[in-house]
Amino acid sequence: MCIIHPFWSLLVSGLSDGFLYALIALGYTLVYGVLQLINFAHSEVFMSGGFAGYFILNRTIGSHTPHGLDSVLMVVLGTVGGAVFGGLVAFGLERAAYRPLRRRNAPRIAFLISAIGASYFLYNLAGKEFGRDAVSIKAPFNLDGNAFRLFGAQVQTYQVVVAVAAIVMLVGLDRMVAVTRLGKGIRAVAQDADTASLMGVNIDRVISQTFVIGGLLGGAAGFLFGLNYGVVYTMGFTPGLKAFTAAVLGGIGNIRGAVVGGLVLGLVENFGSACIQTSWRDVIAFGILVAVLIIRPTGLLGERLGRSA
Amino acid sequence: MSLLALQAVEVSYGSIRALKAVSLEVQEGEIVTLLGANGAGKTTTLRTISGLLVPRPGKVIFDGADIQGVAPHEIVGLGIGHVPEGRRIFPRMTVVENLEMGAYRRRGNLGPDLDRVFGLFPVLLERRKQLGGTLSGGEQQMLAIGRALMGQPRVLLLDEPSMGLAPLIVAQIFGIIKEIRQSGTTVLLVEQNAAQALSVADRGYVLETGEIVMSDRAEVLLHDDRVRAAYLGEGAA
Ligand SMILES: Nc1ncnc2c1ncn2[C@@H]1O[C@H](COP(=O)(O)OP(=O)(O)OP(=O)(O)O)[C@@H](O)[C@H]1O
Ligand SMILES: [Mg+2]
Repeated sequence: MCIIHPFWSLLVSGLSDGFLYALIALGYTLVYGVLQLINFAHSEVFMSGGFAGYFILNRTIGSHTPHGLDSVLMVVLGTVGGAVFGGLVAFGLERAAYRPLRRRNAPRIAFLISAIGASYFLYNLAGKEFGRDAVSIKAPFNLDGNAFRLFGAQVQTYQVVVAVAAIVMLVGLDRMVAVTRLGKGIRAVAQDADTASLMGVNIDRVISQTFVIGGLLGGAAGFLFGLNYGVVYTMGFTPGLKAFTAAVLGGIGNIRGAVVGGLVLGLVENFGSACIQTSWRDVIAFGILVAVLIIRPTGLLGERLGRSA
Repeated sequence: MSLLALQAVEVSYGSIRALKAVSLEVQEGEIVTLLGANGAGKTTTLRTISGLLVPRPGKVIFDGADIQGVAPHEIVGLGIGHVPEGRRIFPRMTVVENLEMGAYRRRGNLGPDLDRVFGLFPVLLERRKQLGGTLSGGEQQMLAIGRALMGQPRVLLLDEPSMGLAPLIVAQIFGIIKEIRQSGTTVLLVEQNAAQALSVADRGYVLETGEIVMSDRAEVLLHDDRVRAAYLGEGAA
């Protein structure tokens, strides 16, 4: 039996990582819901959000050090900027890499190849344009600072920022899907696309808007991640795969499942690597992916994109 | 002029020709039934009218306009409501949400329309918060019809509404179809249950392997020996 120590700080860092995975995982799960397709280029949407946040904040903050309200504004600016840019990239991705294949009724393997091609194209483009070395986003607040103590564990300001931003977006998404016209359209297309079109749902438009929503969340996550870990053209790869794992763990296509999967993955990773060794972290994450695919391919909550899901 | 007309419509799935020069007309205010055995092409006909399939060649004329090539989501807006084969309720939406989906293209207050549907199908009011997937077959059929009515269609396409339902429910549904017509909605009814369909319809067409082989007033078809033999389970006299 291993010692999960220190429990509270592992819990806090597990949840903080988990919220980021959840935000990215939603992009996979939403798109899967309406297209039954894994958008493997979603990791590059995440990366785009990171760069957008980097350029916006480094230009705005310049050489001064933000304090108080200014810090909050900078975080909001970076998050919104990352989100908008992620949304734009996701929109373009659907138009360029998927819609032409859909028009032609291409086989599923073509979508997969197109996704991988688009992913390679985007991250190599970013590498060429922005350089091969990681850069850091100018800190809008003291990243090493602590916000408060929780049962003896220090909770970092950064972790609070991630949690608050993620919760705002997750609640917003949940409400949007539950009550708005677009949300109902997304659920209808996910449950039965032909019938949705008979009801007057423009499927092409709903698919496009679904990519954008996933892109907003993924882009925002890219900025939040980049704040702490830096921004580089390859940054999407590992978080992307882990978020995909989270989506599968929660049940691909299931919105609440993606959130549950993200949080569970963040916690298991943190407690697991404390328990064994930090170097086991990614092994644990991808071990979970393989195990879920073998034992319970429908994930913890099963595939569904409905009101209760 | 007819409200809805198909003119020499051909539809193929790959190399399979499912409809061969199908022509039919529905006048405003009529109930017209389209009869045929399994695989005759009835569903294909309705999906073509709704724009899910595109005729090559051939035309679909609605209210005087050629609607070939118009997207399905726009065709609903023109006033064609479709109750698909197998009901196709959204299983993880509530009854009310399913009904709201039927009015997806409309803006404004849906209250009077919901009241009308609940008036026709009181059981849906009792179950309004229940998920569509948990309803019984009969309730799902009522929901599918109510959902299509929410779009305020001028013509309602019904694809085998009696499929898999107990006789009592079937009778209830056919009663509602008559009421719907009374309130001014034209009906194109696809059925295998020829006796029931012909008893409510004004006119009928018989489809056999993609071709219209008979068309006449309903009571004429009801007494036709070939129809009786093929679709009413009686030996030819
Ligand atoms: N998606 C499809 N791909 C290939 N062939 C199809 C497809 N859908 C229907 N068909 C074929 O087209 C023909 C007509 O089918 P359709 O579903 O229109 O018949 P139907 O009259 O509605 O039959 P049923 O009473 O069983 O519902 C059948 O031979 C069927 O096999
Ligand atoms: Mg059929």
